[in-house]
Amino acid sequence: MENKEYVIDVTDATVRFNMASERIDNLKEYFIKLVRRQLMFQEFLALQKIDFKVKKGESWGIIGTNGSGKSTLLKLICGILKPYKGTVNINGTIAPLIELGAGFDGNLTAAENIYLNGTLLGHSKRFMQEHFDEIVEFAELKDFMDMPIKNYSSGMAARLGFSIATMVSPDILIVDEVLSVGDYAFQQKCERRMQEMLNNGTTLLYVSHSIESVRNLCNNALWLKGGSAVMCGEVEPVCESYMKSLQ
Amino acid sequence: MNLLTKHFQGLYSYRFLLQQLVEKDVKLKYRRSFLGYIWSILNPLMIMMIMVIVFSNMFRFDIESYPVYLIIGQTLFNFVNESTTLSINSIMDNAPLLKKTYVPKYIFTISKVTSSLVNLLFALGAMLVVFIVCKVHFNIYFLFIPVILFQIYVFSLGLGLFLAQGAVFFRDVQHIYGAIMTAWMYLTPIFYPITALPETIRKVVVTFNPMYFYITQFRTIVMDGTMPDFSVILSGCIVSLAAFIVGTLAFSKTQDKFILYI
Repeated sequence: MENKEYVIDVTDATVRFNMASERIDNLKEYFIKLVRRQLMFQEFLALQKIDFKVKKGESWGIIGTNGSGKSTLLKLICGILKPYKGTVNINGTIAPLIELGAGFDGNLTAAENIYLNGTLLGHSKRFMQEHFDEIVEFAELKDFMDMPIKNYSSGMAARLGFSIATMVSPDILIVDEVLSVGDYAFQQKCERRMQEMLNNGTTLLYVSHSIESVRNLCNNALWLKGGSAVMCGEVEPVCESYMKSLQ
Repeated sequence: MNLLTKHFQGLYSYRFLLQQLVEKDVKLKYRRSFLGYIWSILNPLMIMMIMVIVFSNMFRFDIESYPVYLIIGQTLFNFVNESTTLSINSIMDNAPLLKKTYVPKYIFTISKVTSSLVNLLFALGAMLVVFIVCKVHFNIYFLFIPVILFQIYVFSLGLGLFLAQGAVFFRDVQHIYGAIMTAWMYLTPIFYPITALPETIRKVVVTFNPMYFYITQFRTIVMDGTMPDFSVILSGCIVSLAAFIVGTLAFSKTQDKFILYI
């Protein structure tokens, strides 16, 4: 059955950064540059004319070398960046895992952070209360719930962050290279959880440098190079071409 | 108008986050301190007592119930000072978060102003103590006080939003704001009567200083036992609305660019 409903619809999107202005954050430099006519543009196009359409329940790996625009594309889809040209349309709730523990406040305890992080993703306190035990269970951190997060190890924080983000059953799950933190057992657990979510109809966008895990989890792949899409389609051919190009 | 409703809807859907952020600020403020929340009442009382002693002995001001006069001005000014100063860094402090996930950016500024409002409510407790000790007559007009607090909250929101977005592009705002607040404090009759000012300055203060509107409304109710002049109330409301509109507009226009500058 042809389902023309796209959950993610990126059309002809370009993201432009202005390199010159990155360094001006006070009045003195502003005026100096204004006088010197250096205010205007050192244009940097992080993404150029990207067309990317995702249907519900699809799983996409996004691969490419460092600096190719993968994280920028994810931020565009999440709404963190706005496109300079083109449009982005999203149809569903997004849980971004662009960095685990973004939104954790070190001085609050883990239990308090669960509520904070949950509401950051747009959920009500009651929803978090209902799922609280599940979250603690998955993260295996039951004895550490009343400890301030600043005392957590990076692995513990990663487990907690992943647990919260995946417990909330988003329509679209976006994972950006976060599974490199955490031991092998944790990575396996995460892949299993993501597979579960895929089976339940969640759409997945997965950025990773581990081509193996991309092959395991995803049915499709997008290869980005220097801000442009090189290849877009089923995971095997795209990954093979990418690996070949690296030789 | 459309813009405003869209923002209110966005705010409403993130109301739980706003609540969590305010709770966090309130919880962390006195965590691990011995006296805890008592400080919210003790601090203004202590400062007021020092000022009463200093000004009663150093300057001869002809003000009845000086402690009452003082604590009203001090508390309201403190609220505006604290809420706007915290707002300045509200966006930049949350930069790591804004780069990783989508959150409506104004929520951080609103949470800072609202946390300050919670502190203000505690400080009202200190005010109550002073009122009782100085034998203030509680009257029906006290019911108007929430309206004054609402005016001052809206004003601080507007000013806070404006400062927050300004500080993202021009960090100088952080540094210059301390001096501005000091000047503003001396231009507001907090610890001196309005008559102590020379004629020309007095005219400017009475017409243009927003703090004068709010503090005068409050003092008229508590010390004179009557409703404040309609002109003062109107001025207060107009200034609040204007600040809110300017702040919200400035913020909406620039918020998409924040990510590039934080």
